[in-house]
Amino acid sequence: MTESSQILAVEGLTTRIGVNAVVDGVSLAVNSGEVVALVGESGCGKSLTALSIMGLHPAAARIGGGSVRLDGDDLLRFSEKQLRGIRGKTLSMIFQEPVASLDPLMRVGEQVAESLVVHGVASKSEAESRAIDMLEKVGIPDPAARARQYPAELSGGMCQRVMIACALIARPRLLIADEPTTALDVTIQAQILALMKELRREIRTAILLITHDMGVVADIADRVCVMYAGRIVESGDVASIFAQPSHPYTRLLLATIPKLSGTRKTRLNAIEGSVPDVSDWPVGCRFRTRCPLADDACEKMPPDFSVSGDDTHRAACWHIDRLSEMDAMGEMA
Amino acid sequence: MSDAPLLKVEDLRVHFPIRGGWLGGQVGAVKAVDGIDLTIEAGETVALVGESGCGKSTAGNAILGLAPATSGRILFEGTDILTRSPAERRGIRSNMQVVFQDPVSALNPKLSVGRLIAEPLTIAGWDETAKQTRVDELLDLVGLTKAQKSRHPNEMSGGQRQRVVIARALALSPKLIVCDEPVSALDVSIRSQIINLLIRLQEELGLSYLFIAHDLSVVRHIADKVVVMYLGTIAETGPTDAVFDHPTHPYTEALLSAIPLPDPEAQRAKAALILEGDLPSPANPPAGCPFVTRCPIRIEKCASVRPGLADTGHGSRAACLVKVPDASLNAAR
Repeated sequence: MTESSQILAVEGLTTRIGVNAVVDGVSLAVNSGEVVALVGESGCGKSLTALSIMGLHPAAARIGGGSVRLDGDDLLRFSEKQLRGIRGKTLSMIFQEPVASLDPLMRVGEQVAESLVVHGVASKSEAESRAIDMLEKVGIPDPAARARQYPAELSGGMCQRVMIACALIARPRLLIADEPTTALDVTIQAQILALMKELRREIRTAILLITHDMGVVADIADRVCVMYAGRIVESGDVASIFAQPSHPYTRLLLATIPKLSGTRKTRLNAIEGSVPDVSDWPVGCRFRTRCPLADDACEKMPPDFSVSGDDTHRAACWHIDRLSEMDAMGEMA
Repeated sequence: MSDAPLLKVEDLRVHFPIRGGWLGGQVGAVKAVDGIDLTIEAGETVALVGESGCGKSTAGNAILGLAPATSGRILFEGTDILTRSPAERRGIRSNMQVVFQDPVSALNPKLSVGRLIAEPLTIAGWDETAKQTRVDELLDLVGLTKAQKSRHPNEMSGGQRQRVVIARALALSPKLIVCDEPVSALDVSIRSQIINLLIRLQEELGLSYLFIAHDLSVVRHIADKVVVMYLGTIAETGPTDAVFDHPTHPYTEALLSAIPLPDPEAQRAKAALILEGDLPSPANPPAGCPFVTRCPIRIEKCASVRPGLADTGHGSRAACLVKVPDASLNAAR
């Protein structure tokens, strides 16, 4: 992929709530037609990263530094008015809770058409006919009739399709999807993932997908960034991350998933404890309090990225050379 | 004690009336559970799986007495609960407890952990010293420390809260625990901690679980038997290995195929069977096979004949006229 196809480039993004940097120097890039997954447990700062990129972070949060370049323009320098000019047009987002994110008092067709009308791309009547086409494209049967209905008349899966239609109608350059299938049943999840793949092929939208489901990552992502306690701890190509996870956290995340072929009723691998509260993030490597490989070195300094395998796969761990010890410690398959 | 299984449910139906018309009379019924059978032996885990709206939680609630059964029998150790007086039911039902999905709403935020766990003991009339001994025992059993007794739910992590909910469910030494999506609200890493706890408690205490879930990889790991529900009826049931290794009903196949494998190569190579559309309304189910509207292999008679469960030849039973010809012999209506 050439440099020119890069759509989003985030460098050293830091977002603080009070004195705590909840997003702490995050860098990532998404190319045209590419899906980059941002994974990690709740409380890792994934959603705040997404909201900071959109300029939709809560009032209590302050951007402390870094840059967010969309096609070269630094969004962090944009005024609210400029941001409003691109949101829904070149940059859009879908949220986890489709039902809560749609306006219950507005017909779904109007909601899908809204961004075209607001941005002055199309007249109201033209926008509505394009909304019906878009509803059809996301797989809503009888789109003309559905467009006249309200969100409460649709199922959860259909509302999520409507959200996707809203987000994609203006053919954005970048789509941020925050846990788009987490609230849905597996059969509907499979429909939505198939739809996202098809739309990516067709519209060449770059997608930043936030999820904690490694199965979804395996299905749709091209590259993966693993986030822990406000920092990216590992990033790389999807095949390389799954074949050779190089940060203890990534290894444990993958090992906790019960395998469909594993022995039943055995002890599952677990990561002990949970992500500490942001005010208690450890000095040095932040994962050391839950890491089986941690020693004094991890406490002294936060680890730098070292390259693992080819130069696109990086992990921030002092003990990449000792990863094989983890196999001996647990029953990691 | 007789040889009767711990719990036997026969032809359970839960219908909710739909009222309407200008006299407010009953104009129809939502057939949330429409004739299911299941058996749980002592020390066994039976999983009830299916999409949201299939009636799995309503079935669990009816067994617990939290939803009114319209007809059928619920036999606990051979005694039909539904024919007993309210006082007798309460006595029998103290042997059945429940763990819900969301530990935040299940715990009163104003009570300390010690009081929360002691609550069932207080209701059962235990004296103060016996109560304290039992609470300490329970804390130890679920992996919490005595120091956490004075904490409040908001001071704990999601995983710890779910441990409190489990400790409270265990207080009166029940024989059966209905787990309604006990790990769906938890992060992957915490999810495996709680599953490990449930497996250990079962070994130590000989508990039986009715495990209601939609995450099939977790179900495969923990369950001895699986019941797949669709629109209030059973689509397929049998030992876990039979159902997972030889799924017979097209709905079971679709459910299994929809689980994304945490392996990019295998996941992308997989020929996915993606179901079209959504679950029909249980107020107006199809006349024949409930699955007919979404079934990829339907034939003409599926629209008029409702299949019954019949042997698949793999140790499981499925209700499909195409895959299991005997299903028409057991047909209802």
